[in-house]
Amino acid sequence: MIVIATFAPAFSQTLPQSADYVRILPELVLSVFGMIVMLLEPVLDEGKGQKILGLIALAGTLAGIGATWFMAQSPGLAFWNMVQVDGFSVFFHVLVIAIAAVVILTSYEYMAVQRIRAGEYYALILFGVVGMALMSSAVELVLIFIALEISSISSYVLAGFRRHEAASAESSLKYFLLGSFATAFFLYGVALMFGATGSTNIDQIGRMLRAGAIPLLAFVAVAFLFVGLGFKVAAAPFHIWTPDVYEGAPAPVVGFMSTAPKAAAFAVLLRIVFVINVPNTFWLIWISAALSMTLGNVGALVQNNVKRLLAYSSIAHAGYLLVAFAAAPGLGTSAAMFYTAAYAAMNLGAFAVVSHFAGAGERYVTLEDYEGLGRSSPLLAAALTIFLLSLIGIPMTGGFFAKFYVFSAAVKANLIGLTIIGVLNSGVGAYYYLRIIVMMYMRESRKEVPVTPVPFALRLALAACIAATIYLGVFPSRVLRYAQDSARQLVQQSPPEIPSSASVSTVPEIL
Amino acid sequence: MNFHLVLFLAFGAVCVGGAINLLAQRHPINSALSLIAVMAALAGEYLLLGAEFVAAVQVIVYAGAIMVLFVFVIMLLNAGEEEHTNGSRVAILLGVPGMLTGSVLMAWVMLRHSGTESVPIGALPGHPKDIAQLLFHDFLLPFEVTSVLILIAIMGAVVLASQPESAAGKVD
Repeated sequence: MIVIATFAPAFSQTLPQSADYVRILPELVLSVFGMIVMLLEPVLDEGKGQKILGLIALAGTLAGIGATWFMAQSPGLAFWNMVQVDGFSVFFHVLVIAIAAVVILTSYEYMAVQRIRAGEYYALILFGVVGMALMSSAVELVLIFIALEISSISSYVLAGFRRHEAASAESSLKYFLLGSFATAFFLYGVALMFGATGSTNIDQIGRMLRAGAIPLLAFVAVAFLFVGLGFKVAAAPFHIWTPDVYEGAPAPVVGFMSTAPKAAAFAVLLRIVFVINVPNTFWLIWISAALSMTLGNVGALVQNNVKRLLAYSSIAHAGYLLVAFAAAPGLGTSAAMFYTAAYAAMNLGAFAVVSHFAGAGERYVTLEDYEGLGRSSPLLAAALTIFLLSLIGIPMTGGFFAKFYVFSAAVKANLIGLTIIGVLNSGVGAYYYLRIIVMMYMRESRKEVPVTPVPFALRLALAACIAATIYLGVFPSRVLRYAQDSARQLVQQSPPEIPSSASVSTVPEIL
Repeated sequence: MNFHLVLFLAFGAVCVGGAINLLAQRHPINSALSLIAVMAALAGEYLLLGAEFVAAVQVIVYAGAIMVLFVFVIMLLNAGEEEHTNGSRVAILLGVPGMLTGSVLMAWVMLRHSGTESVPIGALPGHPKDIAQLLFHDFLLPFEVTSVLILIAIMGAVVLASQPESAAGKVD
C-alpha cells in the first residue's frame, strides 16, 4: 500500500511553467511589497516615513487583490500538485488580503499614538498574509505546515509589538510557547498521515482512504491535525491562551489575529475534513463545537476588559463555525465560508473601535471606560453598536445570515442537539454584547476618558467594515452563491459522503 | 538474531536513554549534551534503515550546527540549574503516567493498525539524487517558501530583541 513518490518522467518537465507562477501571483506580489517596506524602512525618516510605509503596505494589499483576480482566471494545480487555484482558494485569498488592508488602515494612526516603529510591523503583516493565502490554496500537507508556520510566527511577533508593556511581552511569549506546541501536534499528524497512506497530498490521501479500509493510524493522524488547527482557531479545549494573548497584544493586531489566521486555518480544516473525509472526525468536531460555544459565552459573561470579552466571544464564534463542519460537506463548507467573511467584517470593526478608543498605552479598555461613549463620540459608539449587533446575530447584519446558514446546514444534517446548544448560546451571548451597548448609551461616564477625533484612515476602515457587515446582512445571496459554487467544486473533487456516524463504532475516542 | 537488529536496538536504547536523561538533568548543559547523544543515535538508526544521506545530514546539521547553537545560547544566557517547585511535582505525577499511556497507545496503533506493510531496507528512496529530485522539483515551492519563513523569523528576532528605548522613545 505504501507508495512513496513516483519518479516516472523524471526530467521531462523540470522547470515551472508560467501558469505555475500565475497561480501563486498574489503571494509573490505580497512578498515583493513586504520586502519593499523592509528595504525602505531604514532609508525614510522617523516621522513621516512611517506613514509612507503604511501607504506602501496598503498598496501592496490592493495589488494583492488585483493579483488574486488575475490568478482566478487560471484555475488548476500548480508546482506539481502543491497548490490548487479554485473558487475556494480565491475566496479565502480575497478575504485574508482584505482583512490585512483594513488592519493596515486601522494601524495607520495607531502606530504613531502608541509610538511603535512601523516598518517591521507592516512587513510582518504582509508576509503573514503570504502564509495565510498559501494555506488556503495549498493541497499538500508539507506546504500547509510551512504556510501555517509563516502565519503563526508573524502573529507571535506582532503580538509583542507594544515593547514597553509587560503584558504585550507576556502575550507574545505565551502565544509562541503554546503555539509551537500546537504546531508540533500538527506536524506529528502530518507524519502519521504519511505513515498511514504513503502520501502528504490531500487529494491523494482522500483517494487512498476511500480505496480500502481506513487504518486506525489515519484516525490518530486526523486527531493530531485537528489539535494543531483547533489551537490556531481558538476552539475549546485548546482555547486557554486566547484571553491572555488578546489582552496583551496591540488592538489592531488582535483584530488581525482573530480573523485572518483563523480564516486560513478554517480553510485548511475545511479541506482536511471534507476532502480527506475521515468519518470519525464528526464526533471530534461535535464535542469541540459544543465546548467552544459554551465555554466562550460563559467566559465572556464575567469579563470586564473589552479585549478579553471579545477574546471569549471569538472562542464562541469558533464554536458556531465548527457547527458547520459537522454538517454535510456542500452546505457546511459554504456556510463556514460565509461565516468567516461575516465574522471578519464585524470583529475587525469592533477591534478598530477598541484600538482607537484605547488611547496611548491602551489605557481605556475596561467596560467602565465605555460608559457615556454614545454622547462623547457618537460616531465610534454607533459603529461599535452595529458590530456588536452583528456579533449577536440581529437581522440586517452579516452576523444574522452567518448564524442562520450555519444552523440551517446543521438542521438539514439532523444535528438537532448541536443546533439547540448553539441557539441557546447565542441567547447567552446577546447579554454581554448588549451590556456594552447599554454602557455606551444609557450610563453617564464616571471617569474622565479623553476621546480624540477619529482620523481619516480609521474612518475608512470603519466604513469598509460597516459596509461589509450591512452588505452581507442585506444582500447575502451573491457571496453565498459564490461560496456554494466553490463548495460544490471542492466537494466534487473529493469523495462522496461517507455516512458520518455509522461506521465508527470500532474506533476508540482518542483525544 | 542478526547483527543489524542488534545494532538497531542498541541505537534505539541510546536514543531513548538520552531522551530520558535530557529531561531528568537539571543543568541545561547536561541536557544539551544528552540531546547530542539522541541526535547521533538517531543518525545511526537512519543509516541502518538505508538512508545514508539523511544520516549524514543529521550528523552535520543537528548534532553539529544546531547543537553548537544550543550550547552557545545556554552559555550566553548563563542559564543555571532549574528549580523545582510544587507545580513541577504535579507535572511529574500527572505527566509521566500520561506520557507512558500515550506512547504505549501510539506504539500499539503504529505496530498493529498502521495500514502499511514493512519495507525491506534499501527499497525506500534515500539516495541523494532521489532527495534532490524531491527537494528541488516536486517540493520546490515549499522549499522556496521556507525562505519567507526564515525571513520573518529573523525580523521577529530583530523586533523583539532590540532595545525599546532606541526604537522610538518611551511612552509617557
